[in-house]
Amino acid sequence: MSNDKSLLGQFWSWFVARGFKHLIMLAILAFVLYPIIWIISASINPVGSLSAQSLIPDNPTLENYRLFFLGGAEQYDAPFLLWLWNSLKLSVLTGVIGTAMCALAAYAFSRFRFTGRRTGLLSLLLVQLFPQMLAMVALYFLLLQIGDLAPWLGLNTHLGLLMVYLGGSLGFHTWLMKGFFDSIPHSLEESAQVDGASHFQAFMRIILPLARPMLAVIFILTMIFVYSDFILASILLQDTSQYTLSVGLKLFIFGSYNQRWGIFAAAALIGALPIVIIFLSLQDQIVAGLTQGSVKG
Amino acid sequence: MRNIFQSRVSGTLLKTVFLGALDGIAIWASVQLFLQSEVGFAVALLIGAAVINYVFLSQKTYPVRYMVPGLIFLFAFVVYPIGYTFYLSTTNYGTGHILNKSQAIESLETQYYQPENPTSYTFNAYENDQGKMKLLLKSGTDENLYLTEGKKLKEVNQGSDRLVDTDGDGTIDRIGEYSIMTRTEVIRSLQTLQEWRPKSGKVSLQMSDLNHFQEQIAQYEYIESREVMKDRRTGEIFKPVEGTFVSTTSNKKLQPGFKASVGLENFIRIFTDPLITGPFFRVFTWTFIWAFMSVLTTFALGLGIALLLNDDQLSLKPLYKGLLILPYAIPAFISALIWRGFFNTNVGIINTKILQPLFGIAPAWFQDPILAKVAVLLVNLWLGFPYMMIVCLGALQSIQPELYEVAKVDGASPFQQFRKITFPLLMVSVAPLLIGSFAFNFNNFNIIFLVSRGEPPIVGATTAGSTDILISYTYKLAFGGQGATQYGLAAAISIIIFLIVGTISAVNFHYTGALEEMSENV
Repeated sequence: MSNDKSLLGQFWSWFVARGFKHLIMLAILAFVLYPIIWIISASINPVGSLSAQSLIPDNPTLENYRLFFLGGAEQYDAPFLLWLWNSLKLSVLTGVIGTAMCALAAYAFSRFRFTGRRTGLLSLLLVQLFPQMLAMVALYFLLLQIGDLAPWLGLNTHLGLLMVYLGGSLGFHTWLMKGFFDSIPHSLEESAQVDGASHFQAFMRIILPLARPMLAVIFILTMIFVYSDFILASILLQDTSQYTLSVGLKLFIFGSYNQRWGIFAAAALIGALPIVIIFLSLQDQIVAGLTQGSVKG
Repeated sequence: MRNIFQSRVSGTLLKTVFLGALDGIAIWASVQLFLQSEVGFAVALLIGAAVINYVFLSQKTYPVRYMVPGLIFLFAFVVYPIGYTFYLSTTNYGTGHILNKSQAIESLETQYYQPENPTSYTFNAYENDQGKMKLLLKSGTDENLYLTEGKKLKEVNQGSDRLVDTDGDGTIDRIGEYSIMTRTEVIRSLQTLQEWRPKSGKVSLQMSDLNHFQEQIAQYEYIESREVMKDRRTGEIFKPVEGTFVSTTSNKKLQPGFKASVGLENFIRIFTDPLITGPFFRVFTWTFIWAFMSVLTTFALGLGIALLLNDDQLSLKPLYKGLLILPYAIPAFISALIWRGFFNTNVGIINTKILQPLFGIAPAWFQDPILAKVAVLLVNLWLGFPYMMIVCLGALQSIQPELYEVAKVDGASPFQQFRKITFPLLMVSVAPLLIGSFAFNFNNFNIIFLVSRGEPPIVGATTAGSTDILISYTYKLAFGGQGATQYGLAAAISIIIFLIVGTISAVNFHYTGALEEMSENV
């Protein structure tokens, strides 16, 4: 009897110290995971409609994933794989080129003293206060006009959209990069320059390899931003075959939630996968970048 | 030595090739632009190319070379669009004002009316070997003959030797290479004939039946010297006012209008036009509430979880942290689209699996303003709290544990410790991020547009919805496809958003001392 009581007492003191935390955590986990579990369940449910959902589907199937990759669902004009490819292409290209431009500009700001340097840095910050999407009407007309002259660079082209993204990718990331370059001692390049290397060679061979972690962060932040963009892509792309995943999926599912839920669930999960993997594996660096003022879409 | 020499040479070569290609493209493009009479663009392009040449050829501007690639895109796709947005905000560009002035005048001058006793013209149609047609028309009033030349109508002399009557029956059967069409052929070409409408001066002829064309008169005449439009029928005079021809004697306005500068009219309309002011201020207020509530809810939950997890003895801590961050790792547009499905009134799981079985209710989430707002905030809480959690965890770990020991010695309760130590120290590092988060949510287009789409509509407003924030309102005004497109007004609202977000960010920079820190570093 007395033994029982002390067991209960032990449990109670554990509960007060830690156990209640687990209880709250479980409640929050339910809130967080409930939707994710449902969407996974929907993606393997042979009945594709939203109304027929059950948490544990009877006869689970990978049919929806097959439809995603191979197509063949007659009633949908939805080239998911092409949309995914378009998204990945645009985000990787913007990431690579944008990071390169950033690094070049940041190097100049970090290593050279020239007239207009301070103004340049401040203007970069000022321009960045204006989120690019606020200029959506102007960007639309700009690409419309470019398209009159060079149709492969205007509205409804990936090259045009890529240029728009590149313009927006520069501002704050140049600051992040400059901060990182500032922390690399000058002596390293100076000794290289004594050996006859030009500034550019010193930049390429010495600074860039050292800045690899920061390059990765900026590449990934840019990539995630582009991958998640809806507003610019939806304004500047017009054909189904040109859409990115965000625009394509939205048009695919809006108004047809009930009928297309199953295949949408599969598409959403596959679409989320690349970013989730990248994010989870580089979580700490990405968060460090975000807390310094970058944004995630 | 040899190696360096080589690289210098190849560097010069590379530079020459690059500048050559750039100049070639710039000159080609500016010629094209010039031919399309886009003189401003052409000049800007040439100046840009000249600056780049200078930068790469002068030794003084060496550092700028590193910035050229970025600056090109920054100028073309951020700076120029910002400037263009300011310009657009002072125009009436949009539905009814898409054309430029001369296009609008041309369009008005081709609006016709039928006079009271229109002259009728009998006609014969002729066709050549290539299937091209000509019409010979005879006026019903003065018997004059007219011949079409494409869209134009030319008077011909009765005795002109082009008109040949081979069989002498009084009907012309040949005009040059053209020979008369049979009635069957005419009927077959009916559509062409109906759309033909040959013109001469202010008169246009329209087919009225199988044998006749009827006279129509151009209603408006542009009087170049006075820059006004005159209504031929009524004599009314229309003056151009901010892109519309407005009658000097009545309220009548002519459509289409044209693109014109309207000064600050768009901004004035936002504050005075009852059709815009009401919805605008509801959207405006909600945007602030939305951004504020988003920050508050995500921060509260994130901080709460961080406080629970900030305990190294807690088992399963890495697992909890790893799972809780998932919503933040998923691209927001995907989460938003999924949640929209969950909130579906009839089939979404929130109603069918939770609310219906437990409480017996199935609310229509996006038809009630309050519920729609709750829904979007809930979605944003779901995908936004992990960021706050990580940020708070980081900040909590940087607080020195000795502070708590001292507090315990002094007999402070856990709540007092939180209020006096944890929270103030946390806010030092987290406050700027909260302001940043506010600025981000202020323009969080994806959540609003993909979850509620701004719905339900505000009663009496054409475009705005109860959950619309300024950026989604702007998007709908310019690209919504419902009702009239108003690029000018959309640009004006963009400017207002810019001013607000700019102010917030400036305050933030000031607060964090980012600018001061930077100025030292500069």
